[in-house]
Amino acid sequence: MSGQGNRLNVVPTVTMLAVVKARLVGATRGHALLKKKSDALTVQFRQILKKIVSTKETMGEIMKTSSFALTEAKYVAGDNIKHIVLENVKNASLKVRSRQENVAGVKLPKFEYFTDGETKNDLTGLARGGQQVQACRGAYVKAIEVLVELASLQTSFLTLDEAIKTTNRRVNALENVVKPRLENTITYIKGELDELEREDFFRLKKIQGYKKREIERQLASAKQFAEDQFAEKISLQKGISLRSAHNLLSGAEKDEDIIF
Amino acid sequence: MANRAQIPTSNSALIAMIADEDTVVGLLMAGVGNVDLRRKTNYLIVDSKTTVKQVEDAFKEFTTRDDIAIVLISQYVANMIRFLVDSYNKPVPAILEIPSKDHPYDPAQDSVLSRVKYLFSAESVASGRR
Repeated sequence: MSGQGNRLNVVPTVTMLAVVKARLVGATRGHALLKKKSDALTVQFRQILKKIVSTKETMGEIMKTSSFALTEAKYVAGDNIKHIVLENVKNASLKVRSRQENVAGVKLPKFEYFTDGETKNDLTGLARGGQQVQACRGAYVKAIEVLVELASLQTSFLTLDEAIKTTNRRVNALENVVKPRLENTITYIKGELDELEREDFFRLKKIQGYKKREIERQLASAKQFAEDQFAEKISLQKGISLRSAHNLLSGAEKDEDIIF
Repeated sequence: MANRAQIPTSNSALIAMIADEDTVVGLLMAGVGNVDLRRKTNYLIVDSKTTVKQVEDAFKEFTTRDDIAIVLISQYVANMIRFLVDSYNKPVPAILEIPSKDHPYDPAQDSVLSRVKYLFSAESVASGRR
């Protein structure tokens, strides 16, 4: 997959080997953890998928019911009810609160609706159709409930989707890029260290041989010297020095006392 | 995770809507309508006179306001500005396509649901193979 050349640019030393090994251990652990995270997210993701599909179906049903309730209200209270409603808008009494939920380190938004303050159009439909209007209101509140749930599901879906993609990318990067590179570096450093060791060994061998030869030579010369000395001693005992015997002949010409 | 948009937690946020008159009236009845000091509403009624430009502007405004948590948009309105809806990818505010009274709801057109369906079928195929 990745060539032998794909490695970190490091100096091949024992220290570096330890450092790279530590990094490999870290990368392996990180890979395992990220894989676990990815799995956890995927489990969550599938649950959300199922919920989204079922809630979407419920939503269709509920919107139909609420539309029907509105039609009923319009029929009973007259068509101008919508103008009353539109005119009565002031402050929202039905609001959304969002909080975060933590799933394996990913923050998912969760919406929940709440009512604060009384609803303003209590008097809407006072003349006629009040009950129908209230029913319609109830139906729409129920619809909002489903819609809010669906919105939080959908948001979680998008966030999780993104998170899973990021996590998988990291897992793959660790598995296919970082780890092989570190492994290659380790093999490189090991090979290089072995090479150095072999070189060292060879050099030591060579030096050893050199020294041996030297010693032999010295031994030989020592022997020679000993033999020489022995010969000298013998001849001294006999009354002549080997050296002066040599000198007698060689130094004779320079003797000034000898005239002829 | 740094590149992902932060999800703000707020104690009270609004629900905005872009829909036809009936849907908006119904939702307003439930009490989600809000008019602020500058007479700005959190809803847009789309009728035959509403232009695509207006819808676009409303969509952009609602998605950039920080007091809005959910944007409800009728599906046929969403179809008018499909390119905007599809390119929108922030978690908050959440965009939710809802069915409207006059137009049948088609789940295949929903940008999120189509992805859901796609993943769902892909996953069931994958799990069937296992």
